[in-house]
Amino acid sequence: MVNKKEASAVLSARKKKESAFAVLKHREDFPILTQKVYGKPLIYLDNAATTQKPKAVIEVLSRYYSFENANIHRGIHYLSQKATDTYDEARVSVQHFLNARHSHEIVFVRGATEGINLVAQSYGRTFLGSDDEILISAMEHHSNIVPWQILAEQVGAKLKIIPINDDGEILLSEYAKLLSKKTKLVAVTHISNALGTINPIETIIRKAHETGAVVLIDGAQSVPHMAVDVQALDCDFFVFSGHKIYGPTGIGVLYGKEKFLEKIPPYQSGGDMISAVSFEKTTYNKLPFKFEAGTPHIAGVIGLGAAIKYVSQIGLDRIMDYEQELLNHAVRKLSKIKGIRFIGTAREKVGIISFVLGDIHAHDIGTILDQKGIAIRAGHHCAMPLMERFQVLATVRASFAFYNTKEEIDQLAEAVQFVLEVFK
Amino acid sequence: METAELRELYQELILEHSKKPRNFHALEHATHTAEGFNPLCGDKLKLYLELKNSSIQDIGFEGSGCAIFRSSASMMTVAVKGKTKTEAEKLFSEFHKMLSGNSASYDKTQLGRLAVFSGVNEFPVRVKCATLPWHTLNAGLNQEARTVSTE
Repeated sequence: MVNKKEASAVLSARKKKESAFAVLKHREDFPILTQKVYGKPLIYLDNAATTQKPKAVIEVLSRYYSFENANIHRGIHYLSQKATDTYDEARVSVQHFLNARHSHEIVFVRGATEGINLVAQSYGRTFLGSDDEILISAMEHHSNIVPWQILAEQVGAKLKIIPINDDGEILLSEYAKLLSKKTKLVAVTHISNALGTINPIETIIRKAHETGAVVLIDGAQSVPHMAVDVQALDCDFFVFSGHKIYGPTGIGVLYGKEKFLEKIPPYQSGGDMISAVSFEKTTYNKLPFKFEAGTPHIAGVIGLGAAIKYVSQIGLDRIMDYEQELLNHAVRKLSKIKGIRFIGTAREKVGIISFVLGDIHAHDIGTILDQKGIAIRAGHHCAMPLMERFQVLATVRASFAFYNTKEEIDQLAEAVQFVLEVFK
Repeated sequence: METAELRELYQELILEHSKKPRNFHALEHATHTAEGFNPLCGDKLKLYLELKNSSIQDIGFEGSGCAIFRSSASMMTVAVKGKTKTEAEKLFSEFHKMLSGNSASYDKTQLGRLAVFSGVNEFPVRVKCATLPWHTLNAGLNQEARTVSTE
């Protein structure tokens, strides 16, 4: 006869197990994770650089090229119609994923970088002029710095930097001071690829709008880790890359409010983005095609659609909760290592950990970790100004996805400890 | 859990030179200087040479970077100090051959202690860390105006 205390303990343990994130089950969806490197199991902790792909995405790509491949739009044959339907469906999937009002506010580009370049050159060249100001934060990725530097030079605008504190958080008070009637555009990352900081973009967007500035949000590192609602955020432009959210490389999304996309000129030109062409006059196509010149990365779009479907089925909220568990576990384990210094200690973070270890160079750490099958990234993470801000040459960055386990993190901590021993 | 390759790469000699690099200072009376930069890794180097009658009277370096880079720079300065320009260039050629990725035969006896870097071949990404000081030396000896980079 089981006593009541034991019974309730068993029941609560079972409940915990049921509601626990089924990481091992999800892992099985990713063929690459069974691989061995140097005879050791692959421990892939470089997800901020790119994510691995589930069978669902790989199979869709394979099926497309095996049975469905054709050029889309205005094709008169069966395959072309089929490909067009799948392609258009994917656009609608992205629209729903971001909760955009219209599917024609979704423009397919190569990645977040191209999206930002498009806005800088198309919106920026049209609406920004000399003495106008562009605000970006001190933690931006080069893709959200250089296009604005180039734009500023082209139109005579000024680029101003929103400072961050030593924890890697944007100083909102300083941001407020920088905002003025001269500010025409604010470009900020949703989540820092180097620090893992989640920025208070709702506040940033609201304050920018009060001053009459438009806002572009770089969502490359946020869409894989949290639900994004562009209408709720009220951002004017939003970009993300497919390969960071378990989709193919070479595909990304620019979301832009209809009212802006309608007003700005095309970015690239050629076929598909036109309505009619003659040597006397050419007219442009309607949204979103105005911004999609040439044959698109059809397979990429379809693969992205499959990736979004896959992730949505698991649920981004559950993914976020689990990844927070991984983050906490990692911080706990790594903090015990003598001489470790975390770069990026914001209160609100995702599973991205950058650190330095005494005066051991990041590349030496990276090589030793690599030999143990652990894939991390060592370097400046395309954020040289940020590295300078923290006065480090480079950091080691471990970035988690929902298919990583606590055991893998334990291995990481052990390996970092081993590095210390090598360099003693 | 040490792998043989790791032991070979981060062996005693390399770690020692990395911790206590030799000739790690500027030269007041430098006749030639050269700068090197590895953008991939962030290795940065300023090399100082005192050349007299085509021979390297003195050599020093300043800079920062990974252990492979630091030890390579340190051991290089020890190897070329007192040598003629021609001898130093020959050493560069042999060192480069050793790390060229193919099994080209290099003069192991001539390289002496420098042969310890042959282990870097197992880590192609790190070869540039080892060769940067030598490329910079080459630039300094031939007084090229640009900053040397291994990219």
